Amino acid sequence: MARVVVDVMLKPEILDPQGQAVQRALPRLGFAGISDVRQGKRFELEVEGPVDDAALARIREMAETFLANTVIEDFDVKVES
Amino acid sequence: MTARIGVVTFPGTLDDRDTQRAIGIAGAEAVPLWHRDKDLKQVDAVVLPGGFSYGDYLRAGAISRFSPVMGSIVEQANAGMPVLGICNGFQVLCEAHLLPGAMLRNTGLHFVCRDQKLRVETAATAWTADYAAGEEISIPLKNIDGRYTADERTLDDLEAEGRVVFRYRDVNPNGSLRDIAGISNAAGNVVGLMPHPEHAVEPLIGTGRTDGLAFFTSVIKKLVSA
Repeated sequence: MARVVVDVMLKPEILDPQGQAVQRALPRLGFAGISDVRQGKRFELEVEGPVDDAALARIREMAETFLANTVIEDFDVKVES
Repeated sequence: MTARIGVVTFPGTLDDRDTQRAIGIAGAEAVPLWHRDKDLKQVDAVVLPGGFSYGDYLRAGAISRFSPVMGSIVEQANAGMPVLGICNGFQVLCEAHLLPGAMLRNTGLHFVCRDQKLRVETAATAWTADYAAGEEISIPLKNIDGRYTADERTLDDLEAEGRVVFRYRDVNPNGSLRDIAGISNAAGNVVGLMPHPEHAVEPLIGTGRTDGLAFFTSVIKKLVSA
């Protein structure tokens, strides 16, 4: 079985207060040198059958209509072997 | 004629009973609708109430949007039926693309629960005809994902077309762009807002104000005169 990973991130222009809260906590915890943090979502899909163009097209459709809200988020689809 | 207004219950909906009660107090018949039923029971209007449908999993409203009842509601809303989305209901309407934009986590990252002052920006919708444009009202607000967001062009269009229906006054509780608390579709039959008019319809409850009642009397008048 192949794994397809869909990463969903807020669009760059959208304010991410959760990421900012993480970034602000870092120096306090002794992790220096991180100027920005953006928080996103990762979906790991275990695909039955071959990951061909048709399967990937369906996964992109799934990402666009459901996993991501493209008003506020971008997504990226990657095949992991 | 008594207007019949449907109130949808999703798994995780909280405010369906208060909404049914508010509709009754305003003088219409509340009709419970179940998320798995396509049948809208021939109601004249629909309210999507607040809560945490499907636990807000994935995104608030993202899963509810695909429920059978929503297919029928989108169809009827596009044909002109009045639809009001309150809080989680507003999130569902955005996810269903009946209203533009999306809701994000409050900028303060806290759940906010307060009496919220709003300015009614337009009376030209099915749900605000009994208010005056510019009128200030105060109704409860309670959410964590209430930051209304849309791109600049969409925001400009909403303003130009008079579709910003409510704006936060005094305090912007969640970082919503341009202080937007509620919007409508182009036809004015679909309205969504984060604060809760159904919690402000009886003098004995809450702050003693009944500022939310006119949502329901507005739509009833429209339906009865139609």
